[in-house]
Amino acid sequence: MGKNNLLGGALWDAYSKEVSRRMDNPTHLGVLTEEDAKVRGARLIVADYGAESCGDAVRLYWLIDPKTDQIIDAKFKSFGCGTAIASSDMMVELCLGKRVQEAVKITNLDVERGLRDHPDVPAVPGQKMHCSVMAYDVIKQAAGQYLGKNPEDFEDEIIVCECARVSLGTIKEVIKLNDLKSVEEITNYTKAGGFCGSCIRPGGHEAREYYLVDILQEVRSEMEAEKRKEVAQKSLEGDLSFIEMTMVQKVKAIDKTIDTHIRPMLMMDGGNLEVLDIKEGGGFVDVYIRYMGACDGCASAATGTLFAIEGVLQEHLDENIRVLPI
Amino acid sequence: MSNRIYLDNNATTKVDPRVLELMQPYFCEHYGNPNSLHKFGTETHPMITDALEKLYAGINAHDEDDIIITSCATESNNWVLKAIYFDAFLKKGKNHIVTTEVEHPAVRATCEFLESVGMEVTYLPINAHGTITADQVKEAITDQTALVSVMWANNETGLIFPIAQIGQICKERGVLFHSDGVQAIGKIPVDVQLTQVDLLSFSAHKFHGPKGIGGLYIRSGVELTPLFHGGEHMRGRRSGTLNVPYIIGMGEAMRLAVENLAYEKEVVGGLRDRLEDALLEIKDVFVIGDRVHRVPNTTLVSVRGIEGEAMLWDLNRANIAASTGSACASEDLKANPVMVAIGADVELAHTAIRLSLSRFNTVAEIERTIEVFKKAVKRLRNISSSYSH
Repeated sequence: MGKNNLLGGALWDAYSKEVSRRMDNPTHLGVLTEEDAKVRGARLIVADYGAESCGDAVRLYWLIDPKTDQIIDAKFKSFGCGTAIASSDMMVELCLGKRVQEAVKITNLDVERGLRDHPDVPAVPGQKMHCSVMAYDVIKQAAGQYLGKNPEDFEDEIIVCECARVSLGTIKEVIKLNDLKSVEEITNYTKAGGFCGSCIRPGGHEAREYYLVDILQEVRSEMEAEKRKEVAQKSLEGDLSFIEMTMVQKVKAIDKTIDTHIRPMLMMDGGNLEVLDIKEGGGFVDVYIRYMGACDGCASAATGTLFAIEGVLQEHLDENIRVLPI
Repeated sequence: MSNRIYLDNNATTKVDPRVLELMQPYFCEHYGNPNSLHKFGTETHPMITDALEKLYAGINAHDEDDIIITSCATESNNWVLKAIYFDAFLKKGKNHIVTTEVEHPAVRATCEFLESVGMEVTYLPINAHGTITADQVKEAITDQTALVSVMWANNETGLIFPIAQIGQICKERGVLFHSDGVQAIGKIPVDVQLTQVDLLSFSAHKFHGPKGIGGLYIRSGVELTPLFHGGEHMRGRRSGTLNVPYIIGMGEAMRLAVENLAYEKEVVGGLRDRLEDALLEIKDVFVIGDRVHRVPNTTLVSVRGIEGEAMLWDLNRANIAASTGSACASEDLKANPVMVAIGADVELAHTAIRLSLSRFNTVAEIERTIEVFKKAVKRLRNISSSYSH
């Protein structure tokens, strides 16, 4: 949110001149027929795609040279808004002259980039980015028909953000690698959620199968579970350093060291101690103790005995341990 | 004729110059707080009283009823529904509201919110004529029903709901009846006595008054927990310093709206019919709802084969402002809800264009709109993948 996002509307003002131009006068509008295919010795492919969410639809016509798999002519028709029409027009332009196997790699991001007036300024506002996705989907439909494949076969990963074409795998990976903790961080790293915003959480422009908030929560839970497992394993193998231990493990380690190396020494003089609390902060682990028996009131309890206890704990566990008698 | 043609009057209207003129002295000359005891404050009282008189007269409210000034109809609607939560649900355990599937989001979303805190809401579906019947309300009311909230006229279609019959049923069953009257005032007579409405929301900017001011009619004897606390304004029912110039503007706008009702019916209705008839001459163009049960300024037109926003684009290019509640232009992508309820197919539901007129539109503007519309239909159907000539 913030000042620049508080007002809606003015969508069309954010269109590039190229989007407006193609909306007003599409360059590649039209149909191709079997007759056209026959004249040019090509195969005609007619593919339809409809976006259920917004009701828009597009029909793509390709003439393909069967010897080279090259798209030698292409046209479109569209039932859609300005962005849908302009995107379809640009999509057709990008297809022309390419082999079908190459055309299928054209994404809506390529289409949007092609519609920019300036390389750094988006051609359409974020919430209209989803209108360009239809252009991408219809290419897959057409290529699927020509190559005898299922259109989904061209998508080897689950796409979470259609606008930015970011997959589930990528999102999970960046969260783990960079220890990401918020959706904003995911968007900064991957652009997912940075356009129409539908994939962030339920209730956006269109319903999505996966939402960034859920993915983040799931991956964070997995990461924490893995971390706990790792710590437990190291602990089991005795490889865990004091600083890596959980608080429970630290308490146990301190108790064990006191029992083994300190308490017998104190008890020989009729004394003893108990651990009252342990606190972490500022790079130190503070162990609060209370002297008992002969130690309670002993002159060296605040000097020699204390230094000895602290020294043993520092030697066996961590040099940043401080012992504080109460 | 102005270069720009405004046919989106169900979204908002132009302030009538006479309204503006009456408001102006109350910004820089008579700017006192009406609650102050000094002369700066008290000198505003006669004009506020005058404005309230106009509002009471405009909807035929009795002197003992309250018309509370709010910031807009959204506030009025929220107030009624949230007060029901406090007054009926928390205090008396009545947890049921009856409303319709096609209410404005100010009602619909508030009901959905109330559901999340324990209220139960029945959303009555509209029928093939685009409205509901009083019998549907009758059947939906239970012993737990605290409120019936039904809009007076629909913002998309302009279709008028059977308010008087619903009012009668609510009265018989002892249930409070609220109506969002935003799209009715200034278009058709709105009489809270004849219809037995207990609560009525309205907003000045829909009838040529300023934006940011509205009202809630509360029948005498109806108690509502205030939405705002912290002051004694409006006898503690709605705190916040009175917006003097805007109240004066709303009063005058109401007076003019009522004064122009016959003009609205005859002249604006005539222009709308001329526009509608001409558009219906185009093949595969449809209009939603019959004219008898529709406010005179509104027409919702479907043009097979053309997505609503694309049509708006072409109209806008020709300096004609219209609206669509269906397309990607709006905040979400869902098809026009009224069209869906009426049973239009998915494609047709995405083609709805709303043209809403006002008393400031002229014959020449309507003729030019017809010309531009026809040209746009031709161009866009040529692009269309779903329309074959």
